[in-house]
Amino acid sequence: MEWMLLFIMGKSSESLQQLFQQEFSKMVAVISKTFGLQHIEIAEDVVSETFLQATEAWKAKGIPPNPTAWLYVVAKQKILHHFRRKKIYDEKVLPEIISGNVMEETGEVNFSVQNIKDSQLQMLFAICTPVIIASEAQIGLALRILCGFGIDEIAEAFLSNKETINKRLFRAKEKLRTEKVQMELPSEKEITKRLDTVLHIIYLLFSEGYYSQTQNQILQKDLCLEALRLGLMLTEYDKTNLPKTNALIALMCFHASRFSARQPNAIVLYEQQDQELWDATLISQGIYFLNLSAQGEELSSYHLEARIAYWHCRKEGTREKWEEILQLYNRLLQINYSPAVALNRTYALYKVKGKEAALAEAEKLKLENNHFYFILLAELYTGLDQQKARLHLERAYALAKTKTEKQCIQEKIDLINPLNA
Amino acid sequence: MKDFALLFRQANYNYSKTSPEEMKEIDKRWQNWIGGIAAQGKLATGGSRLATEGTVLKAGGVVTDGPFVEIREILGGFIVVKADNLEEATTLAHGCPALDSNGSVEIRPLFV
Repeated sequence: MEWMLLFIMGKSSESLQQLFQQEFSKMVAVISKTFGLQHIEIAEDVVSETFLQATEAWKAKGIPPNPTAWLYVVAKQKILHHFRRKKIYDEKVLPEIISGNVMEETGEVNFSVQNIKDSQLQMLFAICTPVIIASEAQIGLALRILCGFGIDEIAEAFLSNKETINKRLFRAKEKLRTEKVQMELPSEKEITKRLDTVLHIIYLLFSEGYYSQTQNQILQKDLCLEALRLGLMLTEYDKTNLPKTNALIALMCFHASRFSARQPNAIVLYEQQDQELWDATLISQGIYFLNLSAQGEELSSYHLEARIAYWHCRKEGTREKWEEILQLYNRLLQINYSPAVALNRTYALYKVKGKEAALAEAEKLKLENNHFYFILLAELYTGLDQQKARLHLERAYALAKTKTEKQCIQEKIDLINPLNA
Repeated sequence: MKDFALLFRQANYNYSKTSPEEMKEIDKRWQNWIGGIAAQGKLATGGSRLATEGTVLKAGGVVTDGPFVEIREILGGFIVVKADNLEEATTLAHGCPALDSNGSVEIRPLFV
């Protein structure tokens, strides 16, 4: 609801919303670290109430010179008030502080820069715990707790409603409690393995933004940038700043660089993109992280995907480029099969070996429920067999889920001249 | 779906005279073939290439430098694929680059 109030406030609301979004994840992380992850909901409530009070106070008196300091002071008061009122502090938190389960001996909330950083990193590992199987619930929780998105926004990103999202988040938090997930960095032995889950969740967050079904492009971009921010957070710590971390960041930079060039929900995107709209800064950032990733023995799927994305950032359609992309897809499929990768690999094969060779392999894929499969088949049959091309487009049309997709496919069908069929 | 091992045999071939470019081409052919199987979601494990050197231990404790002098083809490597039956697994073996150099692919079901 804090977001709605801001919305009403008008002009300054955008920057305030950004401030609140950034501070939400920091404050919730620090408070949860102080009092234990089992009290995460109290942390969320306290922070939301703080934002509400800020919105009202700042509306009347103007924004204070140091808004974050203001927020921290008010949040501290609210925490003490809350725990006193609920008597939780004495009955539950205090015994834990005494027994040493809680970091802050005094129970005083410490909003120092270092403690915010540490708490956020620990929260990242806590939310990306392998005890919650990677799911929409976990992604939702990450969006809420790590990225500070409101329930409305999460519902929009998932094309769902608030009730469903709230239920999912509740269940995910229950799981954190019942599995007694702690806010701490995993041990040296475990950290590399646990990092895999963290990277996977960040990857899913990014994909959620990049391929989100929502039409809201600002939200999509926000999701992607938040995922990128979480990835960068991992580079600040030696144990998590591994080649695969850098590979994932490179991958996100390359994809994000083409963000403005995409057309919402169009289907054949890449070939039609306006290169001028590619973000050169993000591309060079991507190359920087790609170089950092080229160390060590491990060749993760992020390495392969980052290199594919790198080649896609080079507009020229040389044979060399498509040959490289094909080889990368070949290897990616061996590590990590997915229908989308199989389709992309077949497209690369077409670019290298021509339509007939690609058709022979495409026919074997048998992804009969996937409309992109039939779009690819139609593309390959175009010029060879117009009638088959048309039939495949019709099957794609029948399978397409959204109106925009159907429109796109219809345009392609209309382009096939019936006289040539 | 059952698992089948595809074992590649090739005439004993010395790659020491092959140029890096040719090696890259050979590697691409293998990758394209395996990639094609993986694209169908039918690759069970990435498999392994076997180095050409090695030893063979025979009954009586006799160790030789390998089977290469005695048989025409050597085992070059293997992958494990998923297929409904032997016929389908054999279809997957088509296109294996070992066949281009007069080698063979042996298709054997794996016990679970």
